[in-house]
Amino acid sequence: MSAFNAIGDEREVDSNEYTAGVEPQPTWCPGCGDFSVLKALKQALPEVGRNPEEVLCVTGIGCSGKLNSYLDSYGFHTIHGRSLPVARAAKLANPGLEVIAAGGDGDGYGIGGNHFIHSARENHDMTYIVFNNEVFGLTKGQTSPTSPKGHKSKTQPSGSAKDPLRPLSLGLTAGASYVARTAAVNPNQAKEILIEAMEHDGFAHIDFLTQCPTWNKDARQYVPYVDVQESDDYDFDVTDRREAAEMMYETESALYEGTVLTGRYYVDEERPSYQEEKRTVGELPDEPIAERYFDEDSEWERSYDLLERHT
Amino acid sequence: MSNDELIWRIAGGSGDGIDSTSQNFAKALMRSGLHVFTHRHYPSRIRGGHTYVEIRAAGHEVQSRGDGYNFLLALGDSFARNPQEDAYYGNEELKPLSENLDELREGGVIVYDEGLLTEDDVAELDLEARAEENDWYVYPVDLRGLAKEHGREVMRNTAGVGVTAALIDMDLAHIEDLMEDAMSGDVLEANLAILHEAHDMVEAEFDEVPELTVPTGEHDAAQALLSGSNAIAYGAIDAGCRFISGYPMTPWTDVFTILSQNFPDMGGVAEQVEDEIAAAALAVGASHAGAKAMSGSSGGGFALMSEPLGLAEMTETPIVLLESMRAGPSTGMPTKPEQGDLEFVLYTSQGDSARVVFAPGNVEEAYEQTRLAFEIAYDYQIPTILIYDQKLSGENTNVSVDFFDREPNPDLGSTLTEAELKEAAHDASGKFERFGYDDNEKGVSPRSIPGQAGGRYLATGNEHSPVGHISEDPDNRVFQMDRRLEKLEHIRDDLDEGETNQTYVGPDDAEYGIITWGSSQGAVFEAVSRLNDDDHSVRAVSVSDMMPFPETELTEFIEGVDEAMVVEMNATAQFRGLIQKELGRYGEKLTSLLKYNGNPFEPAEIVEGYEINVDGGEAEPSAQVRIEPAAGD
Repeated sequence: MSAFNAIGDEREVDSNEYTAGVEPQPTWCPGCGDFSVLKALKQALPEVGRNPEEVLCVTGIGCSGKLNSYLDSYGFHTIHGRSLPVARAAKLANPGLEVIAAGGDGDGYGIGGNHFIHSARENHDMTYIVFNNEVFGLTKGQTSPTSPKGHKSKTQPSGSAKDPLRPLSLGLTAGASYVARTAAVNPNQAKEILIEAMEHDGFAHIDFLTQCPTWNKDARQYVPYVDVQESDDYDFDVTDRREAAEMMYETESALYEGTVLTGRYYVDEERPSYQEEKRTVGELPDEPIAERYFDEDSEWERSYDLLERHT
Repeated sequence: MSNDELIWRIAGGSGDGIDSTSQNFAKALMRSGLHVFTHRHYPSRIRGGHTYVEIRAAGHEVQSRGDGYNFLLALGDSFARNPQEDAYYGNEELKPLSENLDELREGGVIVYDEGLLTEDDVAELDLEARAEENDWYVYPVDLRGLAKEHGREVMRNTAGVGVTAALIDMDLAHIEDLMEDAMSGDVLEANLAILHEAHDMVEAEFDEVPELTVPTGEHDAAQALLSGSNAIAYGAIDAGCRFISGYPMTPWTDVFTILSQNFPDMGGVAEQVEDEIAAAALAVGASHAGAKAMSGSSGGGFALMSEPLGLAEMTETPIVLLESMRAGPSTGMPTKPEQGDLEFVLYTSQGDSARVVFAPGNVEEAYEQTRLAFEIAYDYQIPTILIYDQKLSGENTNVSVDFFDREPNPDLGSTLTEAELKEAAHDASGKFERFGYDDNEKGVSPRSIPGQAGGRYLATGNEHSPVGHISEDPDNRVFQMDRRLEKLEHIRDDLDEGETNQTYVGPDDAEYGIITWGSSQGAVFEAVSRLNDDDHSVRAVSVSDMMPFPETELTEFIEGVDEAMVVEMNATAQFRGLIQKELGRYGEKLTSLLKYNGNPFEPAEIVEGYEINVDGGEAEPSAQVRIEPAAGD
């Protein structure tokens, strides 16, 4: 018998199961876009057939980091920018888990930028949601890596002299095999994209536009948005890297001019996930590492058998 | 020249095969029945530069590198680049010979490779006069030429070993066996031919041969030649560790490499990642998901690990971290040992944080304490750290194979099965009370693993309630804080009840004490036996438990002697400071002997330090060590 009965437990899962009976009151401000991420995730998880006990939601720090406080599954609320390395290892130790990592634009693109690049490059099989509200929220409104040029804040009172980072282009360049952008104001699209991302076998990066009604009053900039797949104005092949890159460039340039494009930008179903690659070269066991510890019949290799090379 | 031990130094350039040659020769000496101990000296560069390995071999047990050495095999540095006479690195071609003469003992032997050095070069050294003065035997041999005749220049190492074997009257069979294991075909043929030719040349061509006959014997049990890094890696394997993540940094990389090479065959995972923050965070993630996990680094990389270290403490996620020290601050001297990171490792991380720190003093302790580190980490859900250094990482010594003949211990510690989770406390919404009120008197609250039915909870680096919700409730804060800190007291009790991790030598009723820690142990112990043989009355302890500190044992030790000298490789007497802090006294009773020039202690330096302290000898020690007097002196 498996030590992890919750994994692969096929049954009808109700989205309410992800809401704790004794719920901690969300500390997000009224009107915050983070509520939409939580809601979309709660709706998407049952649709991919996952129950709360096989889901590990790993977050960083900030308002976004509290996602797993309000999602009743297994959770790990880590530290600034470090959700990805924790999440990656959990998935390597037990590939049966549905691993979701989440953080904010400061957390994920600033302090955690290096981990983002390398997790995408290695194409770890997981979903990474970045709550992008173009501002540091919980620390009270400082300029973030995605704040528009000229954005005024207490730490950049004359307006930011920096160009914003382009998260979609960065995700694509680094190697993510699924890159999408959605928005809190479009819950249906958000849910669909989350489902796709979780079903995708590889690193799925979702730049999730979440308005911050307190520190970024321009949050209205996210309305209206255009779905790049639904609009007749845009015609590109999401499996073509070059076309995706061009669309991303256009989108990321337009974002700060009031046009918000969302949707799937890049989907590569061909590229094997890191887990698959590592298994192919013989560096990832077929059986989850975690399983061995609960298996009394497991044969544990010992160093004594390696000593011959030293004698 | 003494006949009871050989201290053979092979010197050349990095990349000239010094390491592999010495490793094989050390094995051959071990197989001939001797005890061996190796010491590596190398620069932070890939090709060229002055590097040497010293092998001390004797019929009796050897614990350290010894003082000086008595046999130099100076190969040419084939990577020496010397476009200008006064270039930054000086005359590198000559370095294997010139850099080593000062420490060669009286009556010592020099074999140098004529093939790579010109007569003019050697004349610069005034070798003849110095040899006469010190009764050295000097044998210029064209090792390079001999090697070239049979194959390639690189085989001059073999020629050097052949000459050595003849001069110490050693049976070539052991060397031949090792060569046959390592190579085949033409390469083997050529090497064997070179070995024999070089060996026979000594008898045929050299009239005067030193009386240097190293005894041979037989070990009671089969022996293995292992470094501290090997021992730590093997300890981890036997502790059930199956996940390692890291970033390369000297000298920690050795352990990372050994496990990376072995884990694929053992169902484990090794991950080389983008930086040390990620490395330690991966260990936390893997452990959270139910693997026994380890990461590690050296000083500069460990600095980056302070965040995940604190996270492991707060979330009570068991992990083992390694810290192989090299000389600091900052990147310091990458390939030189120092015991300068003790305070850093003890106090890294914000808040009132608690971790367990062990400092093994030799290869056997490295194995045992790695196992212990895993056991405590997983039983108590606390990060444990093994602090050691470049010296212990790279030094090889022979250990009885039987020593490793123990059962693996893959126990996940205080972790519940699904059946046990059913019985455990859950809150009203069905969340498992992971950080609950302890049903266990040791302050430990058993955990669940993601994927287990009935085990849902949130792990967080914020202060949290029993189910893991972020909480700033004052009562909960005090409860959680006390529970986490309380673990150290129980760990101390457990350690006191078991076999001691501290190692002692010398008579119980000795008048004078020496206290040391980590890899300085061997030189200290050897110095103590010399002193006692000389009718002094000295006892030494090598302390391995840095945190929690062995208060009772150390108090007893210090109370039992008139005064004590603390020996460690750093400039600020960090361990002595720890003793005084933990015990709250003894400032007037402890002196320090410090060394921080990048080279480990030699026993004679400790003997000299003792003499200065006890007999009021010379005011300043002659060697590159420093004495720090007792408070009030």
